[in-house]
Amino acid sequence: MTILAFILAGTLAAATPMLLAALGELIVERSGVLNLGIEGMMALGAAIGFVVTYQTQNPYLGFAAAALGGIALSMVFATLALALTANQVAAGLAIGVLGQGMSSLLGKPLESQTLNAPDKLGIPGLADLPVIGPLFDQDIVVYLTLALAVAIWAVLNHSKLGLIIRAVGENPSAARAVGFPVLRIRLAAIAFGGALAGMAGAYASTIYTPLWADGMIAGRGWIAVALVVFGTWQTGRIVFGALLFGALSLGGLIGQAAGVGLPSQFLASIPYIVTILMLAVISSNRRRMRLNTIASLGQPFSN
Amino acid sequence: MTPLLQLSGVSKRYGGVHANSGIDLTVDAGSIHAILGENGAGKSTLMKLIYGVEVPDEGQILWKGQPAHLSSPSDARRLGIGMVFQHFSLFETLTVVQNMALIVPGSKADLSARIRELGEAFGLSVDPRAMVHSLSVGERQRVEILRCLLLNPSLLILDEPTSVLPPQSVALLFDTLRALKDKGIAILFISHKLEEIRDLCDTATILRQGKVTAQLDPREGSARDLATLMIGRPMPPAVHPTPHGLGDQRLELTGLDYANDDPFGVSLKDISLYVRGGEILGIAGISGNGQQELAALISGEITLPASRRDVVRLMGQPVGDLGAAKRRTRRFAFVPEDRLGRGAVPDMSLADNALLTSHSRGLVQKGFIRRQAERAFTADVIARFDVRTPGPQAEAGALSGGNLQKFIMGREMMLEPEVLLVAQPTWGVDIGAASDIRQRLVAMRNEGAAILVISEEIDELFEICDRLQVLHKGRLSPSLDVATTTVDEVGTWMIGAAT
Repeated sequence: MTILAFILAGTLAAATPMLLAALGELIVERSGVLNLGIEGMMALGAAIGFVVTYQTQNPYLGFAAAALGGIALSMVFATLALALTANQVAAGLAIGVLGQGMSSLLGKPLESQTLNAPDKLGIPGLADLPVIGPLFDQDIVVYLTLALAVAIWAVLNHSKLGLIIRAVGENPSAARAVGFPVLRIRLAAIAFGGALAGMAGAYASTIYTPLWADGMIAGRGWIAVALVVFGTWQTGRIVFGALLFGALSLGGLIGQAAGVGLPSQFLASIPYIVTILMLAVISSNRRRMRLNTIASLGQPFSN
Repeated sequence: MTPLLQLSGVSKRYGGVHANSGIDLTVDAGSIHAILGENGAGKSTLMKLIYGVEVPDEGQILWKGQPAHLSSPSDARRLGIGMVFQHFSLFETLTVVQNMALIVPGSKADLSARIRELGEAFGLSVDPRAMVHSLSVGERQRVEILRCLLLNPSLLILDEPTSVLPPQSVALLFDTLRALKDKGIAILFISHKLEEIRDLCDTATILRQGKVTAQLDPREGSARDLATLMIGRPMPPAVHPTPHGLGDQRLELTGLDYANDDPFGVSLKDISLYVRGGEILGIAGISGNGQQELAALISGEITLPASRRDVVRLMGQPVGDLGAAKRRTRRFAFVPEDRLGRGAVPDMSLADNALLTSHSRGLVQKGFIRRQAERAFTADVIARFDVRTPGPQAEAGALSGGNLQKFIMGREMMLEPEVLLVAQPTWGVDIGAASDIRQRLVAMRNEGAAILVISEEIDELFEICDRLQVLHKGRLSPSLDVATTTVDEVGTWMIGAAT
């Protein structure tokens, strides 16, 4: 396999965990809530997904359980952030740490166990193309995640539901004044974000690297949060950022395999650095930031 | 005939405060009914009860003779009650038609057509595809009214609708409201502007301290009578400045240009003005036309590059590149428009708030705060400016708007500045305190200070200023002499129609 084929084949899969989690966080932040517990929700989802898939040998059950786990943890966050109007940054960080701890606890008995990765689904015709063929030979979750990105873009920009979510995030008092149940909409958004973060974790532990190792999420939840903010809350830019990160993380692996004379820790940190630099450049346009920033982000709201 | 809306004995408490107690109100179809009262009299609470934002603790609301249970604004809208908020409830990053689509059923094309149709019928034309943040305040108000009209209301509530409009737009709004009244729509018109109410309304209900103090035909009494009912005592007489010898130019802007990179902000173009000792220059205009930017450029919150430092001069010296603290050391003082946040720190005591700008008055020694001097200075401000508060240790945020404004004005005036900039001196301040603040500004001018007042209240500017300039879309009109100009002339500049 050539280096190009390797990158084409692997980028989408490498990007998927961040992208799934970031799409969920996008909806949460568009409704005006800042959930910094994504890393913990992914870690919990990864452990639950791995344990359930290992025990039942059914990856669908694993994903469903991971989504439920993500929702459950996000509801703890929602209780703090919405019902008790706690500081969202502090609540998110605390929930994140809780999720990581629960993940270690659940996964402990299965440390270093492996799973069989599901088969890939080639798109007939496209997967056999020269050069770009590997791009169309992915697992089902990759296709579904890309479809979800398109769906979220359409909902946010072209549907009444999207208008309502944006309205609640921009001006919750006005949204309440015209009669929208602000807290219920935010609760639903948080649950959706929790479910996607849980599934993102399950994808990382059961499909992308089907081997349990404690701490395997390794900051990808934080990258997801960064993607949303630096992507200026635009679906397209978030997808771009996730793909960039995916491609660069593969580039790091290739570099290591080729024996580039740099420490592996440095190579492993390149995707994080480059992604943040790229997105920081995108978001450095003050005008664009000002027009896209969610006005009520992170501010507690009570009726 | 059954009245459209009838309230009997309606009360609402927040904590220990009776915002409304035992309110009786009857509104008939096809009438314009004024709700008149000072800030804090309970007008907004009453409207929230009628629009379902709040639920009354006691009392009954009847709609067309039937008991109505209004527990949310959507309940109110279903019955046919629409509300135009003072601080608009529009979403700035959405287009006009998207704002409508949030609460009005129908396709976008259909809504756009109806927006145009209603706009023509009632003089409310606006482009349905425009983004709300790009609209002027008057246009936003039209959008709010249109959004209500799309739902075919029988009752329309307008909360202080004219506080944001230039005089000419007020006349247009009144034409629109009269046309709606002729269609049989009842209108509740909340205001504290007496002449407007006498001009427009059939009935007025006057609130004071949460209670109804009178219900009358506003055209029968004079504005002074209404004011007496509203504030519970006769209006204090206005003091006009007496002619006085003028000093030299203390503050001078020459050809100030400022390009704002904030898409929601305003850029200033070729601003020139001067203020001499012993005069008050007023900057008229509707908020959002560059007032905040102008104030920040004069106060030093926004600094210019050193190459353009000549553009702003204090006492003849170029200061364009100096920050706020350095400008303050040159006998300049500033009262910003937002009391909580920029004028004062809400969580800090009055004494600590006094220290923020008055540290040079012997309140600090070798870097340490002299608590006794700080307390004495603060007590002095409180006594001399009649601030109603328990004492220097009270939290700034606990004071009423009028009292805190008096405190901040006092703090700045105690510095005995040569140049004083005051932005919106009486926003949200009750009539008594507002008149007190205006008298103090005039007194300070008579002692020879140069004062620049930025205000939206035309009447206020005409009362205290010697000269006026009007800010519109970041440009400043020529100087108008208050003795010879008229409200109409100023209004023409406010909407950019003057040549």
